[in-house]
Amino acid sequence: MTPAFSPWLNTLLDGALFVMLLSLLLVAWRLWRGPDAVDRLLALDTLYLNAASLLLVWDLRHPMPLLFEAALMITALGFVGTTAAARYLARHAVIE
Amino acid sequence: MVSQAWEWLIAGCVLAGTFFTFVGAIGLNRFRDAFQRLHAPTKASTLGIGMLLIASMIAAWQEGRPGFAELLITLFVFLTAPVSASLLAQAAIRRRCKGGPPPPPAPPPIKRDGSTP
Repeated sequence: MTPAFSPWLNTLLDGALFVMLLSLLLVAWRLWRGPDAVDRLLALDTLYLNAASLLLVWDLRHPMPLLFEAALMITALGFVGTTAAARYLARHAVIE
Repeated sequence: MVSQAWEWLIAGCVLAGTFFTFVGAIGLNRFRDAFQRLHAPTKASTLGIGMLLIASMIAAWQEGRPGFAELLITLFVFLTAPVSASLLAQAAIRRRCKGGPPPPPAPPPIKRDGSTP
């Protein structure tokens, strides 16, 4: 099951995981600080997207079943949540 | 065992995807107002997750899996990212965030007999 990558590629994937973690922290900083609710919502949407990409890199490094389904669920729920919250922020109603 | 050339390709795609995701996160912190900040994640991070999906599709083909889940995530992300970005821009316009377009002019007053000047 494990794709036998070379050691240098495994090291590179570890570095990529670290950089993804850094970018998650940067986005979380914007989520904490954002002056308007739109900024916070944008940071939350980016956080969903980055979490899905972190799961993709994690699946390359430590393969396990159902990680792609988890990433798909994260992107789907992120889109639905962002859409509903943006509609609410724009016109104070989700469905008119 | 994954062959050497495919490993180089996977490494390049992972590097590019991580780079673009990181650039998107930096841009989200460095841009000045909400309308500029919309640029960073909606384009750079979408490109980053696209490169990572290419890398994991190559890895899945090397293992012998078809990689349908990766293709599904690609389609979903690339269809929904512009929609949510557009909705966020609409919300920023409605909330009169800093850096947006000026508000539209007020409509002319209606006279008592119902006619407009």
